[in-house]
Amino acid sequence: MGRGSARTRLMALAAVVGLGLTACGGGGISDTSASGGGDCGDLRIAVNPWTGYVSNAHVIGQIAKEKLGCNVTYPEVKEEVGWQGMASGDIDTVVENWGHEDLVKKYVDEQKSVEDAGKTGNEGLIGWFVPQWMADKYPDITDWHNLNKYASLFKTSESGGKGQLLDGDPSYVTNDEALVKNLNLDYQVVVGGSEAALLQSFKNAEKNKTPLLAYFYTPQWYAEVDGQSTPGVKDPIQIAHVALPKWTEGCDSDPAKVACDYPPYHLNKLIATKFADSGSPAVALIKNFNWTNEDQNTVSSYIGQDGMSPDDAAQKWIDANPDKVDAWLQGTGASSSPSS
Amino acid sequence: MTATTTAPPPGRGPDVGSKEEQPYIERAKKRHTGPKLLGILVVWLVLYAAFKGQMTRAMGIQDTNELHNKINEARDWVQLHGADNWFFGGVLGTIGDFLNWLVTQFQELISIPAPPRPVPEIGWLGVVALAAWVSYVLAGRRPAIMVTLSFLLFGIFGLWSDSMDTLIITGLSVAICIVIGIPVGVWMARSKAASAVITPVLDLMQTIPAFCYLAPAALFFGIGASAAMVLTIIYAVPPLIRITEHGIRSVSPTTVEAARSMGLTSSQMLRQVELPMARRTIVVGINQCTMAALSMATIAALVNGPGLGKPVVAALQVLNVGAASVAGLAIVVMAIMLDRTTTAASERTTGRTNVASASGLSVMLTGVVIERLPRWATEEAGRGQQRPRVTAAGRWLLYGVLFIPVLICIYLSRNQIDYAEFPDTSDTPVLKWISGPELTNGINNFTDWFVGNVDSFTIALKNDVTKWLINPLQDLLSLSPWWLMAGVLLAVAYVLGGWRPTAVTLACEVVIFFTGLWNDTMITLAMTLVATLLVMLIAIVLGVAMGRSRKADVAIRPVLDAFQVIPPFVYLVPALALFEPSRFTAIVAATAYAFPIATKLVADGIRGVSPTTVEAARANGITRWQMIRKVQLPMSKESLVLATNQGLLYVLSMVVIGGMVGGGSLGYIVVLGFSQQELFGKGLAAGFAIAALGVMLDRIARYAAARAGR
Repeated sequence: MGRGSARTRLMALAAVVGLGLTACGGGGISDTSASGGGDCGDLRIAVNPWTGYVSNAHVIGQIAKEKLGCNVTYPEVKEEVGWQGMASGDIDTVVENWGHEDLVKKYVDEQKSVEDAGKTGNEGLIGWFVPQWMADKYPDITDWHNLNKYASLFKTSESGGKGQLLDGDPSYVTNDEALVKNLNLDYQVVVGGSEAALLQSFKNAEKNKTPLLAYFYTPQWYAEVDGQSTPGVKDPIQIAHVALPKWTEGCDSDPAKVACDYPPYHLNKLIATKFADSGSPAVALIKNFNWTNEDQNTVSSYIGQDGMSPDDAAQKWIDANPDKVDAWLQGTGASSSPSS
Repeated sequence: MTATTTAPPPGRGPDVGSKEEQPYIERAKKRHTGPKLLGILVVWLVLYAAFKGQMTRAMGIQDTNELHNKINEARDWVQLHGADNWFFGGVLGTIGDFLNWLVTQFQELISIPAPPRPVPEIGWLGVVALAAWVSYVLAGRRPAIMVTLSFLLFGIFGLWSDSMDTLIITGLSVAICIVIGIPVGVWMARSKAASAVITPVLDLMQTIPAFCYLAPAALFFGIGASAAMVLTIIYAVPPLIRITEHGIRSVSPTTVEAARSMGLTSSQMLRQVELPMARRTIVVGINQCTMAALSMATIAALVNGPGLGKPVVAALQVLNVGAASVAGLAIVVMAIMLDRTTTAASERTTGRTNVASASGLSVMLTGVVIERLPRWATEEAGRGQQRPRVTAAGRWLLYGVLFIPVLICIYLSRNQIDYAEFPDTSDTPVLKWISGPELTNGINNFTDWFVGNVDSFTIALKNDVTKWLINPLQDLLSLSPWWLMAGVLLAVAYVLGGWRPTAVTLACEVVIFFTGLWNDTMITLAMTLVATLLVMLIAIVLGVAMGRSRKADVAIRPVLDAFQVIPPFVYLVPALALFEPSRFTAIVAATAYAFPIATKLVADGIRGVSPTTVEAARANGITRWQMIRKVQLPMSKESLVLATNQGLLYVLSMVVIGGMVGGGSLGYIVVLGFSQQELFGKGLAAGFAIAALGVMLDRIARYAAARAGR
């Protein structure tokens, strides 16, 4: 074939395809306009990569879509990028924030590009955990004073002869290295490197009854902490919290000298300043949103266990809890009476 | 240069052995490499015993140094003032907005609802018909069938819209790569200075882990499709540039001279001589570029890039191996489809002499490793395209007639909801067995069963390998004082490759030293070496089998292809279940990613051993084992070194992924840098350290390979 033929072929191809597309113009499937009546515009809710967060995001999003008529999108980003997005105008809100004092200082206090939008009502707990079977077998293991007694149980190929404290969900600043040192624990911090690594380790520990001491956090819909029940969840991961010296205000101010437990986290919502000033009715909805760990776990288990789509899961919860939804809609101008 | 040693000269078949045709050259003076290395080891061990644990330059996980803080400050400045800055806000921001707009246009055409319609402009039926028609026109009947089946599979997997998104992002990124890459490649081929300046930049683009510039890309170009495309382009354009440069340079000087004597101008020379003659190589470059672009799909999902990466990442969060695998499988199907179709299309337009195919995924530093495919795998092998014996006009008439059903399909897909949205096939007989939910369950059950049966064995294996191999090696490398390690690396570089790689090694050592991450780099080096050792063990066993037997080749090659293309995120969870979070797990993940390329290169080398030699040896009555050990392996030494080099670089490219499963050291620091803003600078520094390590090891291996080939 000649040299020019390939180009001719491509050009002709493009022409034919283009012609075909225009020839087929005209609608067919009935057009839909955004549901709901309000004048809300876009709402971009960042979605951080854990199921509890997804529940918050889609419950808020589903209400904003159905009741306020917002065009809701869910950019999936890591936390750091989510903050950055609010500052740059790519994201309107983050609906479950875990402390992040450094980011608060930078974006809320200094740049003033992000605002606090109130508590979500969820209580976060960060700390050290062992599988429940260990707490049953060695009842005093949940007190840090006794950890050294059991250190040899936790030895692994990675811990260099000491007990292993598995760490390393990279998103959080942990004090664990300092804690091990300051509490004179015969342990070595080993980094897992991802949430998946921690989670899989707890699964293995439970299934094979192997010892594990690891950094973890709740609420997690699939985790039964200290024997609290998790209604509706099949095979929850059963874990027990190990108590470190009690947290008091300021005991963790010097990262090198920390010798106390992690503070309780009152999770909150964040909203981009630009969006807060935009007059969108969704602003009030986001500020009003407040529910319990149990509520969140319910939606999360719909998603994680029953395999429902986040939107369906959120809608199911919304339909079952009209009172809470009503309260959140105060000041948005939308009526909450059941429309469908 | 590996390029010249591995790329088959145009027009030469894969079976043309070259070794025995070369005149016998008297052996260069004996180098005594072995004894020298042994000497280095002895001195090293003595000094290690004397200074163990001193001056190792170890640094705590959350600690930073001045350089890291400086980088943080620069980042903060850009974040604060970027939006108003003419460059960051103006130029980059506008590019980002444009890319987002462009992607949205295509998405509304085929993947997401195009308001006010509840569905895209063209539904699945129209897209499938169109894709089949385009591939038929460009590549022929067999590729068209393949494309049709692949598209249907995307839908049956339940991943139609994500697959279309990946196709859009990959397609647009590759188009931009071509626009940028080919001119730059041509420029580099024509100007030594340009080549000298740009080559190290390409090295960096390919070796600095994408995680390091994920957050900045999102900042400058906006979250979403634009950042995803920028990442993809940064990673995918270097192979195209390198291969284009190589292709233009390889045009025979005699031809160029002849053309010049006929009075061609420089631009005529380019358009009429060089580009046409290098065309086949450039097509290989585009093919490589496409595969590299596809391999960024998962990472792009971390900044909200649309596509198949999203289900992979989401499934990883809940340890849903099945769901991650199905999405990974869709990526594999897409890669194979694009690879085979572009190859077939290039064979059509360039005649049927093409026997070189790209060796799969992202070829790192060396850029140009073109694999000689076995004869059966090329279109030439009997069942190749039969060029229809009709005139051009007749052919276009045929294409035109065939376009009528395409139009009907598009029309239907715009008007019937069943042809617009891919139906759920999980209740359809037969098809349900390969539908998304069913496959997900099947894979999950299989994984649980498999893991449950072997995990006590695999954990014991991990413990033994860690105790006897990883720990001693890591201690030796990371507990030696930094100056001792620096000296050892320089000495090894000199003994293996001469003064040139030694100079490169020195430069890389300086970089690593100033990142402040010397100790972590040495730990990473130890793990890299163990992984490379495993890779070569597997590669030699499989590669020899493939090189010697066509049957083995046919059986193993598709497995290698799949492992090269499937996103490593997919097998992280099973790896964690089998080996727990540990350094060994990171090594296993790296091995799984790197063994295919090494195996293919070893097989290539074994196949390249002249049949005459093999026949002669056989006539002398040697056993099969002797044949492998005494004839085939020694004669493919050059391929073995090249396979080691590539294996090493692929392993190194998995350092960050390894950091997510317990690898620690540099990989984990890079992940931390992406997750914690205070450690951004440190993460970037770790990225530089990985790049420096990569360049150093590559240059040592490359010069060693050049010596072995002599």
